[in-house]
Order: sequence, then C-alpha cells, then structure tokens
Amino acid sequence: MNAMTDRTAGSKAYAPGRTLPLRVEIVRQFKRRRTLVMFGVLLALPWILVVAFSLGPGPGQQNSLRLSDLATQGGLNFAAFVLSVSATLLLVVAVALFCGDTVASEASWASLRYLLAAPVPRDRLLRQKLVVALGYSAAAVISLPLMALLAGTVAFGWNDIHLPGSGEMIPASTVLPRFGIVIGYALVNQLVVAALAFLLSVSTDSPLGAVGGAVGLVIVSNILQAVEALGVIREFLPTFWSTAWLDALSPELDWSGMIKGSSLSVTYAAILMALAFRRFRRKDVVS
Amino acid sequence: MKLAGKRPVALIVATVLVLGAAVWMLWPSPAPVRGLDQRIPVVDGPGDDQRVTLDATFFPPAGGGKAPVVLLAHGFGGSKESVRAEAVRTAEEGYAVLTWSARGFGASTGQIALNSPDYEVKDVRQLIDWVARRPEVLLDSAGDPRLGVAGGSYGGAISLMAAAYDDRVDAIVPQITWYDLADALFPGATGEGPEQGVFKRMWAGLFFSRAVGSPLAPGADALGGLTGGPGGPGEAPPATGSPDPAVQAREVRCGRFLPAICEMYQQVATTGRATPGAVEMLRRSSPISVPGKIRVPALLIQGKQDSLFPLGHADANARAIAATGAPVEVAWFDGGHDGGDGEIDWVADRTIGWFDRWLKKDGTPAGDAFTVTRDGGRDPGTRRPILVHAATARYPGLSGTAQTSVQLTGPDQPVASPPGGSPASISTVPGVGGLLANLGGAGLAMDMPGQSAAFQSAPLTAPLEVTGAPVVKVRVRGKGEVTLFAKLYDMGGQRPALPQGLVAPVRVTASESGTPVSITLPAIDHRFDVGHRLRVVLSTTDMGYASPSAPAVHRVGLASPALTVPTDTSLRAGAPGLAWWTWALPLAALAVSAVLLLLGRTRRTDEAEPELAGVPLQITGLTKRYRNGELAVDDLSFRVEQGQVLGLLGPNGAGKTTTMRMLMGLIHPDAGEIRIFGHQVKPGASVLSRLGSFVEGPGFLPHLSGRENIELYWRATGRARDDAHMQEALEIAALGPALDRAVRTYSQGMRQRLAIAQAMLGLPDLLVLDEPTNGLDPPQIAEMRKVLIRYAAQGRTVIVSSHMLAEVEQTCDHVVVMHRGRLVTAGPVAGLLGGAVSSNGSKGRLEDVFLDLIGDKA
Repeated sequence: MNAMTDRTAGSKAYAPGRTLPLRVEIVRQFKRRRTLVMFGVLLALPWILVVAFSLGPGPGQQNSLRLSDLATQGGLNFAAFVLSVSATLLLVVAVALFCGDTVASEASWASLRYLLAAPVPRDRLLRQKLVVALGYSAAAVISLPLMALLAGTVAFGWNDIHLPGSGEMIPASTVLPRFGIVIGYALVNQLVVAALAFLLSVSTDSPLGAVGGAVGLVIVSNILQAVEALGVIREFLPTFWSTAWLDALSPELDWSGMIKGSSLSVTYAAILMALAFRRFRRKDVVS
Repeated sequence: MKLAGKRPVALIVATVLVLGAAVWMLWPSPAPVRGLDQRIPVVDGPGDDQRVTLDATFFPPAGGGKAPVVLLAHGFGGSKESVRAEAVRTAEEGYAVLTWSARGFGASTGQIALNSPDYEVKDVRQLIDWVARRPEVLLDSAGDPRLGVAGGSYGGAISLMAAAYDDRVDAIVPQITWYDLADALFPGATGEGPEQGVFKRMWAGLFFSRAVGSPLAPGADALGGLTGGPGGPGEAPPATGSPDPAVQAREVRCGRFLPAICEMYQQVATTGRATPGAVEMLRRSSPISVPGKIRVPALLIQGKQDSLFPLGHADANARAIAATGAPVEVAWFDGGHDGGDGEIDWVADRTIGWFDRWLKKDGTPAGDAFTVTRDGGRDPGTRRPILVHAATARYPGLSGTAQTSVQLTGPDQPVASPPGGSPASISTVPGVGGLLANLGGAGLAMDMPGQSAAFQSAPLTAPLEVTGAPVVKVRVRGKGEVTLFAKLYDMGGQRPALPQGLVAPVRVTASESGTPVSITLPAIDHRFDVGHRLRVVLSTTDMGYASPSAPAVHRVGLASPALTVPTDTSLRAGAPGLAWWTWALPLAALAVSAVLLLLGRTRRTDEAEPELAGVPLQITGLTKRYRNGELAVDDLSFRVEQGQVLGLLGPNGAGKTTTMRMLMGLIHPDAGEIRIFGHQVKPGASVLSRLGSFVEGPGFLPHLSGRENIELYWRATGRARDDAHMQEALEIAALGPALDRAVRTYSQGMRQRLAIAQAMLGLPDLLVLDEPTNGLDPPQIAEMRKVLIRYAAQGRTVIVSSHMLAEVEQTCDHVVVMHRGRLVTAGPVAGLLGGAVSSNGSKGRLEDVFLDLIGDKA
C-alpha cells in the first residue's frame, strides 16, 4: 500500500470526521459508577423528600406562604420546592461532575493519549466530549424536576400551584408551560458551571480537582454575592441570578432576572469554553 | 502550554490592569464643593422690628458660572448641618445652594415661631434677597433669582409657605410635611375639624420638646435628620446661664419657643382639646391658610411610615396646588417620621430631577405624576427585601381610580373606655416605631381586651392592592362622648398586621338609637394577599393619643357592611428596560471566543515529501525543552527503514519516552520535525492512523471490560470494523475469559498485553512500543519477542524502546542509542557488536558496548 496514492495521508478508511462518534462516548461515560450514582441520587431525592414530608408533622401554620411549607400542596409545588433546594448545590455538583470529569479522568487513566494518537483530532475530541457532557448535565437537570413532579403528584395529588409569598392559586394547566421555562432557565444557568468545570478538566489531570474546583468557585461566588458592599458588581457574579427562575412562578411572569442571568451565563460560558479549546490545542499531553 | 503562548496573554492582562488602574486614578474628579459659612442678619416680626442673625452656609455650584439656587431647609430640632450632605450633593449637580439654621435652631438667634408668616417666612424672603446678590446665582430679573426650595418636615413646610408668600420661588420639593398643622396634632377622621379632633399626645409632646434644651435630653435626632442628611444631634440652644429662677423656669418650660406659642401648647396639651385660638395660630403656619397662593411646580414627597404627617397631608397640598394650575407630582416613599428605609438616594435623585426640569429647564422629562414605593420582593443574591417604585401618569387622590367594596361581618360589640385611658392599645410608638419595624413586618400593633370592636371580611379570593383611604360606616350606641380609634388590619400572617401603623381617631357623641359615623381610615398603600382577611377594629384607646379618663361603655356596630376600598390598578412598577449589557455582553463574549479560537488555530497544511513515502520514520533535529528548562531531547536525528525492528536504547531519562510522545503528536517539539511515511507529525495528523503505539503504560477505562475497551477504542478511531483484525489482536493479548471482566480487576501484565494488542489493532504500518516487556513473565517475554519479529517480517516496521539491553539484543536488528537527550549511535545491532572491542576481552555483548558508549559520552 502506497500512502501517497491515498487522498488522505492516513490509513485506508480513516476520516477525522468519523472519529469518536457520540454514541461511543456516551457508552464510555454511561457505564461509569459515578454517572449511575449521580443519576440514582437525582432520581431518588424526590422520593426521599416525599417520605420526609410525610413523616414530619403537617405544616404548623396553614397560612405560611414559604415555599417549603407549600411543598405538600401538590405535585407542582413539590417540584418547585425540590428544584429550589437542589439548584444551588446538588445540580451544580452534578453538572460539574459530568463536565469536569470528562477530560481529566481520561488523562488520569492515560487513555487520553491513545485517543489522541488514534488519532482523534484535538478539537474534535473536545467537541464530542463537551456535547456528551452537556447532554448528561441536561439530562440531570431535567430528570430531577420531572421526577419531583411525578413523586409530588403521586404523593400529594395534581393540584393547582400555590404561589409562595402571595398565596395566589394558578391553574396547573397555566403553570405547566411556566415549568418548562423554569427548567430551561435552570439549564442555561448551569452553563457557567459546565464551562468552568470543562476548562478545569482540560487544565488538570485530576478529575477531583476539576469537579471540586468548579464547585468551589461557585461557592466562592455565592459567598461574594452576599457581600452587599460590592454593590452592582455582585450582579455580574455568575451565580447571582441562579434563583431568578422563581420569577417564572410569580403571578406575572417577570423575564428581566432570567434574561440577565442567561446573558451572563452565556457570556461566561462562551469565553470559558473558548479558553478550554485554545488551551487544549496547545497543551503538551504528558499524562 | 508553551511559554510562548502564555506570555502574550499574561502581557495583555497586565497591560489592561495597569491601564485600568491608571485611568481610575487619573480620572479628573470634580473639585470638592466648599461651603462658605455666613452670618446673615435679617429683620422680622409683625412690626418688622426684630433683628435676628441666621447662621447659613452658601455652596457655590460645582461647575462654576451662574446657576440656579436651591434653598435647603432643615427639619425640626435640626440645623443647617443636618442637610449638609444633601447640599453638597445638590451643589455637585450644578446648583448654588444655601442652607441655614432657622431662627431658634442651631447657632441662629431668635425664637421658634413654627414657620409663621411674620417670622420664618420673612427670614426666607430676606435670604432670597441675599442669594440674589451672589454673583454665582442665575437671575430671572434683577433681585429675582432662579430659585427652588426643598426640605423635609419643618423644612418642607417653610418651602410651601415661602412659595405662598414670595413670588420669586420657582419650584419646590416639600417632603414629609403638613398641610394643616392643627389637623396633624388634632386629627379627626370624620372631617369635623381640629376642634373636634383627638390630641396626638405623644407626637405633639416629642415635637415641642425638641426645642427645649435639657442636659438630660440629648437630641435623638428624630426630626432633625429627616431631610436625608446624616444630621448630627440637634444642637442644644445656647443656655443663657441666667441665675434668675424665673428665667430658668421659663427656659426649661418653653425652650426657644416664642412665648405665645409656648403658652398655646401648654394649654392644649393640658386639656387635650384644641381651642379656636390654637387652631388659628397653628393654621397661620400651614398651607391651609394660603389657598390658591402656592402656584409653583411642586413635587410632594410623603412618607408611608409617618403617623405624624400622614399621606393625607400631601394629598391636601397636592389638591390645593394643582387647583392653581401648577404642575404637581406626588410620591409616597418608604420613609417618614416613623422610620422606613428613607430612600436617601432616590429622594435626592427625584428632587434634583425636579429642579433640573423647572429651574435648569434642561429638558429633563416629567416624572410620573404619582409614585409609590412598594416591596419588590427580595434581592436575588442576598434575598433581602428590595424596593420598587410603582408609578402612574395620574395622581388618583385618596379615593383611588376605582373603589372595591369588601363585605364585613360582626355583631354589635360593647367597648369599654378604661378609667384614665389606661392601658392603651398600641399602633405606633413615635420615635421607636422605625426601629421595631425592622423586627418583623407585623409591627407591634396590639389591642387591649374589652376595649375594641372588630369586624372582619371573608378570606380574599384575589389579592387586593389598596391605594388610598378606605371608608367604613359604623354606628355607636350609648351615652355621651366617646373617642374611638379605627384601624384596618391585614389578617393572615403570623400576627395581625397594621399597615403602616396608622390609626384614624374619631370623637363621637353616642346616642341610644345609635349615632352613624362615616370614618375615613388612614390612607395606605398595602397589598392584601389571597386568603387574608381585612379586619376593621375600633378601639377606645391608643397610646399615641389622648383619650378621656372617665370610664364608660358603648356599643359599636356596623352601619353598613360595606368597607369601601380605593384601588388604582394603573400603578405599575415599571419594568426597567433591559440593561444594555444583557445583549452586549454575550455578543462581545462570542466575538472574544471567536478570536481566541481563530488565533489559536494550528495550521493544517500537510507538506508531504513524496520521496520519503516509503520511509516509516525520519526524525531531523528534534529538540524539546521542558518548562523547567531541562533539555529532554537535544537535536536528535535518525531514520528507520521499512521492515526493521528498531531498538531505542538508553538509560532512564535518556529522552526515549519524550521522543515517542512527540512521535504520537502528544507534545509539541521546540525544533526539528518528525516525518512518518513522509508526512510531518502534528497533533491529530491523519498519518498517525498508520501508527500503532503503546507508550508509558496502558490506558484503559477501568470500569469497562477488556473487550469493551478494545472495541470502543476501535470505534473511536472511526474506521471500519473489518479493518481492525480484532481476533488476531485479542490472541496476542491472550486474556482468555478475563477479557470480559472489568479492566480494574486485571494484573499489570494483563493490562500490558491488552495495551499491546490495542496498539496492533488495524495492523499499523509502524508499531511503536515503549518498554513492552515490563511486567511480563519470561514465557510471555519470549512469546512477545516472536510476535514482534513476525510482525516486522510482514513488511511492517516496529520500534521498541527499552533499557533492558538483553531484550533489544534478542529482538532488534537495528538500534538507536540515546543518552541525555542526544543520539549516541545508530546502526545494525550486528555492526555495533562486531565493531566493539570489549575492555575485558570477553565476547562482544551489547551491554558492554552500551556502557562504553554512554561512559564515553558522559
């Protein structure tokens, strides 16, 4: 076989565009214990909460309008509550895990160098891994509220939603599309975490470092946003708008917080991901 | 990352930081505003014969030149220092500002006349004369400056009174002030006037005691700082130090009050009833006495937390001024004499905006005719309450744009007036209400048992936003006069909440058949949530007010079940237009990322050299220096021909592995090039698909079985399944049934064999193995040797690195010896052995040759 007669310089039938198909990467990641454990936790949490609510005494005051006291009012209320308690940390950890682990763990197993020498072009390797990691993250973010909706409906019935704060009732049929907005915003909002974890994943060989680093920075951002002396700067912290989805459940749908949050999220994510790609292209893979 | 790639980024970041710091430090800051302290003599009194010196401060406009002038008046008990911060802020906005201590306050002389037209108003007219002579002040005509007056409480009233008595005032911003001082101190919710009103005992006492200096009563600045200034404690009036006991007695009794006012107060506070004389005197100091005379644009800012001058006073002022045709805007903000947020910045911005529009006439658009500060939920970051401003284009007054009728139920109830009026119900405690409001939204409203009648609505099915003064009609049965305090509770929270802590006092003459009374409840802006109830309570006592001391019992019932509630649905918190950055930032970020990606692109040109197409590997001048400065590979050149089994030989650290990594495109050489079959090796180069490699140990996904690993790896290469020669490779691995166990259960040797099998997948034309026999037992080593020789015999090329000389000697036909990154020698094994003369004369062994070679070079 004379390579020079081939149109490509490589082996017969080698095409860079066919390397590392998404299906292969999905299978490679799916059988990992941490993937299964994370999904197990996310899918079990609503049921654990259902049990917790049914064990405890009923809400002391019928008139309390806090989200946690309204959780047992129906499936939709319950799902909103579950999302509110998990969005700040549990979902962040899940997203950071899927996106932070993906390259760093390959580096730590030394399988990264064989993929690169296969050769899977570096940009393509990152792209495929990013798509799959984002896919798993999205599945995590979507599956939790959906399971909560199911668990809440089974346990507390399919009722109209009871708004926290004002106590107003909104028919369930009206609020269901709003719930789609909530989940959509939660997805966009987690892009920052995903991109940050991905950049760290490319920069380190330690999966724990990448995941922990991303979660740590989110925690630091959370702490900083409580410092009111920072004034308007706080609005530009990546986590500042993380609870803006609550506006989708107010009587009048208020987009402004969610638009700001999405705008920031996309901004950070675009730059962090570009840095990740740029860094990986130039990196010496020594693991 | 290469140093060369990192340096420019770091440089750019550092440059941006330094530039930013420099701009921040060198940005021209406006010259600080300086106040000029002045003593301005004025002459006032009914006969224009009293000489008073006013302590004043004049602030020239920050921008220089001629500017409109703003007179800033302080609150009761304060001085010119109370409004200093506000004055500086206004001057920075390009206004000349004059602050002064009103007569009887601060370092000014004279006595307090409660903004009387004969005294304080005359003083202000002469202050206007004074500013008209200042060169910094813009004049409309000779002696007539372009002038605005603003102030809070006592200072708000003087701005209204000055506008009424002096045509030279062009715009005013009175804040938290009165329309009728007599009504403020003797309010009555039936509209029968102050003479039938109920004495607002606690507030009146606090108000008057502010002007009485006592060494035991340091000024808690309840009134002095209300205009927004930080306001230190009100300055104590200068003690005369007179030893005469009569003078001393008058001083502690009346302080710096004009004796006539002092006498009036002593009398009404004793009886709890307003005399016609007192009403006349108080009204002389009130806008109610000058109907139709305030004809200038007025922005009326009144506090929602104000039981001294409640919202109704601003409403009356607004109606009186609007009746003259002058433009009026009304704002209910979260502040007032009972505390609240204060909204210092917002009030200052609105005030300056008003003057910009009417004094500078710079085209500042009109604000909203009516603005209400409301609870805006919580800050998304800190979850602390934030305020929003709901606004509408029309001021609805206290009866709203629409009325809703809420049905109340409740039987006739007996209410007892306790002897001595004690214990008393609590609505607001003047002076501390603001502090306690922070403890919880409910405040401390509390009714005494047996003293109140309550009427309640059904739970609301829709939220009810009340803006204005609700009206309730009751009937009072019994004998003689009774004082009642009507209040509207919001029932539904943890405790009954009394919105804004306000009560409406009424004095009713009861009759056996029942006296009907229509009570206008206090004006509020409050949202009653779904499920909450409205409850109207009529109590016989309130701690803030005087109530009769004779015990009595009356019966109170509803004359009409309807509670009329004013609403204004046009009030909306304007959605602030989306900040520019919400669309600009993502676009900029996308542009930046595009630049980052495009600039970082490695060139994808494949400069093939056709004459080298048959040469599996040619390395020329290869050099790699690690970031720690260590030269790992130094100018390495050698060539491998087809069919060879080449041994790459060298001690640990010779640079073998680094060379192999560069061969795989994992690390970037600093200099030189590697060509495989004529194609230059770069990360991800297509020619790497003709290379099978095993470098520095196996790399498998531990959670997958050996078979899955191999199969997924092959699928990751994107090549056809049939090209893999999977079976042959797996035979080399010789794992048997272990092939379907997870790799994490494998021994080192099993992984090693699986990795070599993976390298051979697809039968690559060039096979590179790094220390392939590490971890194998002797029979396996022998087997591996045969495999490699057989592999090369088929016309393929094998490169094996090792530091085990015997291994190379038995497997390889050619050898490249490296030491410390440099090539020591290259050639056929046989030639190397043949040419070597052993130092100890024994048969030529590679080990000896090798030691000689590196010994020489070392």
